Amino acid sequence: MKAINKHTGKTVPLDRVNIDTDQIIPKQFLKRIERTGYGKYLFYDWRFNQDGSLNIEFILNKDKYKNASILLTGENFGSGSSREHAPWALNDYGFQIIIAPSFADIFYNNCFQNGILPIKLSKEKVKKLIGKSEKINDFTLNIDLESQRIWDTEEEISEYFEIEKFRKHCLQNGLDDIGLTLEKEKEIKIFESNRSNIGGIVKNN
Amino acid sequence: MSKIHKTLFEKIWEAHVVYEQKDQPSILYVDLHMIHEVTSPQAFEGLRLAKRKVRRPDLTIAVADHSIPTWIGRDSISDPIAKQQVETLSENCEEFGVQLYDMYHKNQGIVHVIGPDLGLTQPGKIIVCGDSHTSTNGAFGSFAMGIGTSEVEHVLATQTLRQFKPKTMNIHIKGSLPNGVTAKDLILGIIKNIGISGAVGHAIEYTGEAITNLSMEGRMTVCNMSIEAGGRAGMIAPDMKTIKYLEGKAFSPKGKDFEKAKNSWLNLKTDEDAVYDKKIIINSENFEPFVTWGTNPGMVAPITGKIPNPENSTDADEKISIEKALEYMGLKPDTKIEDIKIDRVFIGSCTNSRIEDLESAAKIVENKKVNSNVNAMVVPGSTLVKSIAEKKGLDKIFKDAGFEWREAGCSMCLGMNPDILQPQERCASTSNRNFEGRQGKGGRTHLVSPEMAAAAAIAGHFIDTREI
Repeated sequence: MKAINKHTGKTVPLDRVNIDTDQIIPKQFLKRIERTGYGKYLFYDWRFNQDGSLNIEFILNKDKYKNASILLTGENFGSGSSREHAPWALNDYGFQIIIAPSFADIFYNNCFQNGILPIKLSKEKVKKLIGKSEKINDFTLNIDLESQRIWDTEEEISEYFEIEKFRKHCLQNGLDDIGLTLEKEKEIKIFESNRSNIGGIVKNN
Repeated sequence: MSKIHKTLFEKIWEAHVVYEQKDQPSILYVDLHMIHEVTSPQAFEGLRLAKRKVRRPDLTIAVADHSIPTWIGRDSISDPIAKQQVETLSENCEEFGVQLYDMYHKNQGIVHVIGPDLGLTQPGKIIVCGDSHTSTNGAFGSFAMGIGTSEVEHVLATQTLRQFKPKTMNIHIKGSLPNGVTAKDLILGIIKNIGISGAVGHAIEYTGEAITNLSMEGRMTVCNMSIEAGGRAGMIAPDMKTIKYLEGKAFSPKGKDFEKAKNSWLNLKTDEDAVYDKKIIINSENFEPFVTWGTNPGMVAPITGKIPNPENSTDADEKISIEKALEYMGLKPDTKIEDIKIDRVFIGSCTNSRIEDLESAAKIVENKKVNSNVNAMVVPGSTLVKSIAEKKGLDKIFKDAGFEWREAGCSMCLGMNPDILQPQERCASTSNRNFEGRQGKGGRTHLVSPEMAAAAAIAGHFIDTREI
């Protein structure tokens, strides 16, 4: 996994609450067996019209927001299905940071597995960022994971955000969870040797 | 530090901790890992790249359910991408030694239906699956949750999961359910009450007379939609109904082992003096059959009610949400729910496709005909449910009424197979999500109970099942 330490990037405001993973990546694109190449399907039903043409009204399609890497959005982002295709699509499209007042649990977890940093700020603070991103061309934010700080170029905005120490450590070092867990092989073995197998075996043969 | 008085959730959690350290997610042992074709291919690929094995194939089962067709006698998959995905699951299971129930197997079905069907789901277990509706299994007093594909790979490789401990939440239902109000109405009423992010970060335990009075099928319906309230998991303490349900199931313990298990299962409950991080009391005595009118499962109205008017909303975000939802749904404010006409009916999904669901719906349609403007289908939750239903003659009742009778699978709950809504088609659906495009691009979904869906199929519009 790619490590994240500092990030500077353009923002795009997607001012809607409760955006679910069915919107982030519609189900017709979940049949692929690859982990990559989902960016072109991100927000598909919003980005494209029924006839497949580009929906120029949708915010991600506006020239002003081209190449944005920071998504600003509403509460409960990523609700619904556990599909990791959602962070894969966001990442593949170019988003590295998502800022919202709150996230759904499974989605939040999935972000960290894929080198995306989801940042929770209060509703008022996110509204302020969204307002700036709507008004100012190329509204850019800087994020420093070490100091857990986020600020704009003029430093009119400077906020600190919360993140669990462990998650921060893994993102900063691009650590693989499986590798870390396998370091506890001894503990897993001990647990297994004390564990009852009654009602546990799932094989017929 | 371990508490003296513990909740059901805390007891299961503590019994599964392999390793814990301050400020780190705990490493928990997983008793049952269920996988399906959609969220597993990339996990197996990860194993191959790292030259890792499946640590416990004996605690892992796989089933094809999401992308498969449901037409009777299905013997092929016409969509080449779906076909490759299903074949990839078969190849991966073969290569890594995992038991697979493919679409031809008698144990096949929706992953959350077959776990309980086969007695794989048991009280006290930690159960995971790359699917958010894994919470269904919590109806048996297990800690069951949906995980992402990276976590699927983690569980395959280590049989453990790294988790930050969720907070505990008790949803206590006061009073009993009025006549004609089902488990589906109960959970829709709960979500209406606490909102779609009301349980984020929490493992829910449902308690109260209305909950214990539910059958196991009803409890599964409630726990299934815990995720629609944002919950990490939903659970109900095991009781004699749980024991009776599991006795004699294919993978339940047998003989003396069952007696031993039974005793420990019946002891698995929240201590009297245990404290939850959050407790919500909901009075269910005013509950009615519910219908969702919008584009998330919290947008719920009683059958005797109306579509809300965004003008009455005081919160700006809420007003916009209602306006957007009504625009997508093609509905006008203040329309009576009973006046909403439907084009399609879908009875199925991991929420409502078990034998009791099909029986309740069949009672309503018996000796009646599906409205000429409606196309209706029944998709049993598993091949086992299908065969039991056929033995009881339910298939005949549905077919005589004009319903299509299908093979088991996820089907039109999410439309990954050919069963989808056309743009602007309006569907009364027993599934769990009414998100935009969920059942097909432009499709309009109203979530209801099997009884309400069946009654709507006959009437051509929503109708109060209590008045039939």
